[in-house]
Amino acid sequence: MTRYLLRRLGQSGVTLVLVSIVVFVGVRAMPGDTARALAGEETTPEALAAIRAEYGLDDNIAVQYARYVQHALTGDLGTSARTGLPVLDAILDALPVTLELALFSLLFAVVLGIGAGVVAAVRRGKPAEWAASTVALLGLSVPNFWLGIVLILGFAIALPLFPASGFVPFGTDPAENLRRMVLPAVVLGTGLAAVVMRQTRAAMLESLSADYVRTARAKGLSPWQVTGGHALRNSLITVVTVLGLQLGQLISGAVVTEQIFVLPGFGKLMIDAVFTRDYAMVQGVVLFTATAYILVNLAVDLLYSLIDPRIRLGGAR
Amino acid sequence: MNTQLAAGRDTPLWRRLAGNGPVLAGGTVAVVFVLAAAAAPLLAPYDPARADFQAALQGPGWSHWLGTDDLGRDQLSRVIHGARASMQVGVLAVVLAFLVGVPLGLVAGYYERFTDSVVSRVTDTLLAFPFLVLAVGLAAVLGPSLLNATIAIGVSLVPQVVRVARAETLRLKHLDYVQAALASGGGPGTVLFRHVLPNATSALLVQATVGIPAAIISEALLSFLGLGVQPPDPSLGVMLSGAQPYIAAAPWMAVFPGIAIVAATLAFNLLGDGVRDVLDPKGPKRGGR
Repeated sequence: MTRYLLRRLGQSGVTLVLVSIVVFVGVRAMPGDTARALAGEETTPEALAAIRAEYGLDDNIAVQYARYVQHALTGDLGTSARTGLPVLDAILDALPVTLELALFSLLFAVVLGIGAGVVAAVRRGKPAEWAASTVALLGLSVPNFWLGIVLILGFAIALPLFPASGFVPFGTDPAENLRRMVLPAVVLGTGLAAVVMRQTRAAMLESLSADYVRTARAKGLSPWQVTGGHALRNSLITVVTVLGLQLGQLISGAVVTEQIFVLPGFGKLMIDAVFTRDYAMVQGVVLFTATAYILVNLAVDLLYSLIDPRIRLGGAR
Repeated sequence: MNTQLAAGRDTPLWRRLAGNGPVLAGGTVAVVFVLAAAAAPLLAPYDPARADFQAALQGPGWSHWLGTDDLGRDQLSRVIHGARASMQVGVLAVVLAFLVGVPLGLVAGYYERFTDSVVSRVTDTLLAFPFLVLAVGLAAVLGPSLLNATIAIGVSLVPQVVRVARAETLRLKHLDYVQAALASGGGPGTVLFRHVLPNATSALLVQATVGIPAAIISEALLSFLGLGVQPPDPSLGVMLSGAQPYIAAAPWMAVFPGIAIVAATLAFNLLGDGVRDVLDPKGPKRGGR
């Protein structure tokens, strides 16, 4: 186990370093001049030279990278060219919005996906399974940005139940905060719910035909106890893993959802930074996202190896 | 079970594919899309870029079946031309991902050790970016255009192709016939391309059918965010983004391009599910992306 842990940690470390290099070089390859973006439209060559000297933009790219890493390790991700504020502050301001959105959409996906998956497995071959599977396929095929527009059309314009856009912090007005999170959470959670439903259904079908379920039935447990207590409990391991694997989809989806509903989260920060050529911000946000993604994947892997001894002992991946 | 297996082996592949409901339904719609995309200039009733301010924001009717947008451009013509852009990106991005990913995966699986570590670290690096973050980042670096969106989406699809090709190579190279080919003096190139690749086709085909709808959605998304096709060129994503300010006054501007995207992705997803079932009856249904 220790060897597996160390190897997995080492791999993640190498990936992190490579990611930081890719992001650093990639951002420098973006069209436009960083110094000019910092100085603004009206500027003199002298001012540009001063900015280059101040930010060390004339140095060798390797030197610049080393300096960036050194600063990043102390929590300094640079200064936004657009706002003049530290990048890390902007990220920490946006993070709670995205985390709240992600949490609610996960909740929506888990409740709907597991519920529909169980129904589809138990009612195999009946209209209920057909309906659940069709809805899941639709959920996978409807792009979330279009779903967002359609829901705004339906529940913000035709039936004005929810606001079409905007964010209110939970601390300011909890009820209004939740009301404004409903549509975005549904939009972000739908695709995920479809994936969870398919996985739950497949895992449940497997569990329901297993010997221990037959034993549970034979000893006279009620269908509820068999389905909920035995089959579902064993299916959940697979579902939890799949949820971990869907994290990337959740982050990608959050970028779009925040853009549609004008939520001041992580995704909106990134897109706005790309369009305003705020290099330090793009770099910081992408690096932060990739790091979080690597760490969560690592955590999921390690958790899973704890749950499933085959992975731990097999070692070979 | 035995008779089923025997029937499965004897029936030609095209017969098994044609006998599969989802393949038939998805395939038909997909073919319609491909044909419409190919013949877009012939099928579109109007020039998709021609503005007609007299006819702006008209609902669906006889002269404009799907209505007009804020500049009076014919929505049907724009949807048809937009589907063309979607199909172009969908197919080209997957082709690009395969051209890069398949050789990398074959080599990584065949040589293992050092080569495998290098390739795996590079794919892990790409996989460390959520799909859209990578695509947005690449589109931002390359600059917004249809070609660059295709490259960005293609590169984002590479890691999955590498993984499938690598896994298949690892599985196949220990089989007797590959060992025999090696023992009889076949070089790595011959063995990989003559013996391993042909037998990895079904897994790769499944990956391709998953990749196309993902690429179509990504193109629409990048264009929607302003990083793909640039207005006034038609793209389903550009149309949706342009529809946002008029959503209350002219909902058809958002509804029809969206239906086109859903129909295309649904068709390819159905096709992919069906192909997977036919080629790999025992395989688990994967949840999609």
